Amino acid sequence: MDKSKKIDIKNILINNGIIVLLAVLVLYVSITVPTFRSFRNLMNLAINAAPRVIIALGVSGCLITKGTDLSAGRMVGLSGCLAGLMLQKTDAAGKLWPNFPVLNIFIVLLIVIAICAVLGFINGIVISYLQVPAFIGTLGMQLIVYGICLVITGAVPIGNLRADFITVTQGKLGPISYQFFYLIIAAAIFWFIYNYTRHGKYMYAIGGNETAAEVSGVNTKKTKIIIYTSAAAMYAIAGFLLMGKSGGGGVNLGQGYELEAIAACTIGGVSVNGGIGKISGVIIGVAVFELLKSALQFLGVDSNYQFIAQGIVIVVAIALDIRKYIAKK
Amino acid sequence: MSEYRLEMRGVSKSFPGVKALDQVNLKVRPGTVHALMGENGAGKSTLMKCLFGIYHMDEGEIYVDGEKVEIGNPDEALHKGLAMVHQELQPVPARTIAENMYLGRYPTKKYGPLQVIDHKTMNSEAKKWLENVKMPFNPKGKLGDLSISQMQSVEIAKAVSQEARLIILDEPTSSLTDNEVEALFRIVRDLRDRGVSFVFISHKMAELRRISDDITIMRDGTYVGTWEMKDISDDEIVKQMVGRELTNIYPPLENKPGDILLEVNDFTSIHDKSFKNCSFKLRKGEILGFGGLVGAQRTELMEAIFGIRHISSGEVKLNGKTLDIKSPKDAINNGIGMITEDRRGTGILGCLSIADNVSIASLNQYLEAGIKLDKKKIEELVQENVKKLSIKTPSSKTLIQSLSGGNQQKVIISRWLANNPDVLIMDEPTRGIDVGAKYEIYQIMIQLAKQGKGIIMISSEMPELLGVSNRVMVMCNGKITGELSSEEATQENVMYYATQF
Repeated sequence: MDKSKKIDIKNILINNGIIVLLAVLVLYVSITVPTFRSFRNLMNLAINAAPRVIIALGVSGCLITKGTDLSAGRMVGLSGCLAGLMLQKTDAAGKLWPNFPVLNIFIVLLIVIAICAVLGFINGIVISYLQVPAFIGTLGMQLIVYGICLVITGAVPIGNLRADFITVTQGKLGPISYQFFYLIIAAAIFWFIYNYTRHGKYMYAIGGNETAAEVSGVNTKKTKIIIYTSAAAMYAIAGFLLMGKSGGGGVNLGQGYELEAIAACTIGGVSVNGGIGKISGVIIGVAVFELLKSALQFLGVDSNYQFIAQGIVIVVAIALDIRKYIAKK
Repeated sequence: MSEYRLEMRGVSKSFPGVKALDQVNLKVRPGTVHALMGENGAGKSTLMKCLFGIYHMDEGEIYVDGEKVEIGNPDEALHKGLAMVHQELQPVPARTIAENMYLGRYPTKKYGPLQVIDHKTMNSEAKKWLENVKMPFNPKGKLGDLSISQMQSVEIAKAVSQEARLIILDEPTSSLTDNEVEALFRIVRDLRDRGVSFVFISHKMAELRRISDDITIMRDGTYVGTWEMKDISDDEIVKQMVGRELTNIYPPLENKPGDILLEVNDFTSIHDKSFKNCSFKLRKGEILGFGGLVGAQRTELMEAIFGIRHISSGEVKLNGKTLDIKSPKDAINNGIGMITEDRRGTGILGCLSIADNVSIASLNQYLEAGIKLDKKKIEELVQENVKKLSIKTPSSKTLIQSLSGGNQQKVIISRWLANNPDVLIMDEPTRGIDVGAKYEIYQIMIQLAKQGKGIIMISSEMPELLGVSNRVMVMCNGKITGELSSEEATQENVMYYATQF
C-alpha cells in the first residue's frame, strides 16, 4: 500500500516535473519578493499571456495532428503591422498610408484575419495536398510572410495609433484588462471546438492514427486545411492585440513567438507524437512560461540568462514528454 | 562430398501456447532447387528463422555439407555459406548498388592513421560479381533506380560474392512480372548448374514445377514429406498440404442469401502486378469468403473497392446503382464499410477512448444544431454496443490501446455497426484473437447477415473460411481463379484454385 503510493508520487513528478519545479520557483519568489504576488503583477502576467495563449491555441491544432506551424510568429508580425498601418492617426506625421480611408476598427480586424487566413489556407494546401512536411512548408511561409511584411512597411516602425485601437487593446473593465477577456473567450471557443465538434474529434483521430482516420471516412486533408487556416486566424488576432498593446511596433513584432507557443503547448501536455492535448494544458503551458519569465525578472536575473533558462525548460519538458511515450510501450 | 548440402533434422520450436514446428526435416541436395511449400502458417518462415539463428530452436540438428553446425545469428549462417533473399528486401535504395552489396563489410585502405573506404576496389569487385550472375549493372548506379527483380538479382549477386552455397529465396516472384520471373529463373538455373543450391519458398505451383528439382511439404508446423518434383502430381501436392481434420466448431449459418446486393465488374489495379479483371457478386444476407494464399491480392482488391487504392478500370454497383468511389469517405457514404487487416496500423485510434473509436465514422448522426456533438447520444451508442458485443472494458473513456486484441476488434466492428452499412468488408476479422472472441465475432457476422447485410470476409485460415462462408471465391496472383458453393468448398478445392493462375 505504502509502496504503491510512493510510485504514484514518482509518476506524478515525472509526468508534471516541469510544472512542479516551476511551482516551487514561483512559491519561492512570491515569498521573497512580495510585489511578485501583487494583483498588478498578476494582471500584467495575464495581459502578456493573452496574445501568447491565442497563438498557442492556434498552434495546438497543428501539433495534435503531428504537424507544426513555424510561420506563426511572422504572421503575428504581419497582422500587427497591417492593423497598425490601417489604424494610424489621420494626422500622424509620416503616416505610411496617408490616403487609406478611416475604417471601423472591427472591419480592420476582419481584414487582417482574412489576410492571415488565406496564408494559413495555403499552408494547409501545401501540407495536405502537396504533402510537404509541416516543418518545411511553414518554414517557407515564415520567410515569405516576413518578406511581405518588410515590403509593405519598408521596415519603418509604425506608431501614432488611433485612440479606439488603444482602447480596445489596453482598456480595462474595472480592474481587469480587456485582454484577459479576449483570452477567456478564445480559449472557450477552442475548448468547445476540441471537445464538442466533429472537427475536434477528427483532429484527435488524425493525430492518433491518420490512416485509420482516413479509413473511417475522415476527410483528413480538409481537416488539416481547416486547422492551419483557423490557426492563422488566431495569429492575426494575436498580432492585432499585440500591436495595440505595445502602442506601436515594426516588422519584428511577434518574432520567435511560434517557438514559445510550441514550447508552451508541449509543457502543457500537448504530445509531440500527436493525438493528445487539452486546452487547459495549453493555458497552463503559457502560464508556466510567463511565470518563469516573470519570476526570473523579479529575482533580478539578467535578461540574457533568462533565455538560457527558457531553453533548458523547453528541452526538459520535451524530454519528459517523450519519456511518457516510451513508458507506454 | 556429402549427399546433402543442407540437412535439418527433427527441428522443433515452441512459442508460448503454440508448437510452431514439430520434428521438421529439410534435406537439400547440392546443385538443386528445392521447393518448400505449405499453407499460410505452416511454419516455413519459422523454419528458415531457426536455420538463420533468428529463433533458437528447441530441438534439432543442422548439417551443412555433412558437417554439424551451430548457428546463432544470420552473420554466422553467412560464414557457413547460407544466405537469404528476403520477401521484403531491406536494402538502402538511396545509395549505390556497390555500397549495398558491401554494406557492413566495405573494403578499406589506410592513409597513415586514417582508414577510409576503398571505393575503387568495392566498385570493381561489385562489377565482377554482378557480371558473374549476368547482370551487368553499373555498380555506381543508385540501387533505388532498379526494379524489384533487379534488386533481387543484386541480392543474389551479393550472396554469391559472399561464397554462399545455399541461397533461400522467400517468395521471390510475388511482385514480379512474367518477364522478370524468367530473368530470375535464368540466374537461378545458371547458378544451380554451377553447384549452388536453392530453397525456393513459393505458393505458385506452375512456377515451382518449372524451376524445382525436389519439394518438401509442411502442414501446421509438421513435416509431411519430401519428393522429387517429377514423382508428385499437382493434386497430390495440394492434398498433402491440406490433409487435416476439420475439428473447429462454428456457429450454425442461419442466414439466407437473397437478391444481388453488390456487383463488382472487371476490377483492375493501376499496378500491373496487382489484381486484374476481378468480377464477383455479393447477395443480401450472404457471407462471401475470399480465400487464397498470401500475396493473392485479396486485400488490395477489397481496399480498391473501398476507395483506398486506385483502379485503372472496373465498376461497382450497389443495389443496381453504379457507384463512384474515390475515397473511403465515398464508400462509407454509399453504404460500404471495411474492417482493415492491420488493426494496429489502420484500425484503432490508439491514444483515443473507446467512445471516440466507436463514434468516429458516424459523428454526422449526433449533431445538435448542425455543429455540437450530442455526447449523451454518443454515450448511449457506445453503451449499447459494449453490451451487444460484450466488449470487456471498465468504461467508455478507457483508451482502446489498453484492451485485448479481441475487444479492440469488437470496438472496430461497433464503429461500423454505428454506421449501419449495407456491405461490410472484413479483412482477416479474427487475426490475433483468442478462440472465445473468435466465436463471438462469427456470431456477430451471422447476425448481421440475418439482417440482410452483405458481408465479405477475407480469411487466410482455411477452417474459418470454410466454416463461416456461404460461398467462397478463391484468388491467386491477382486473379479470381475459382468460385465454390459451400458444398464444393473443401480444403482441396480451395487450395487447388489458390495455386492456379
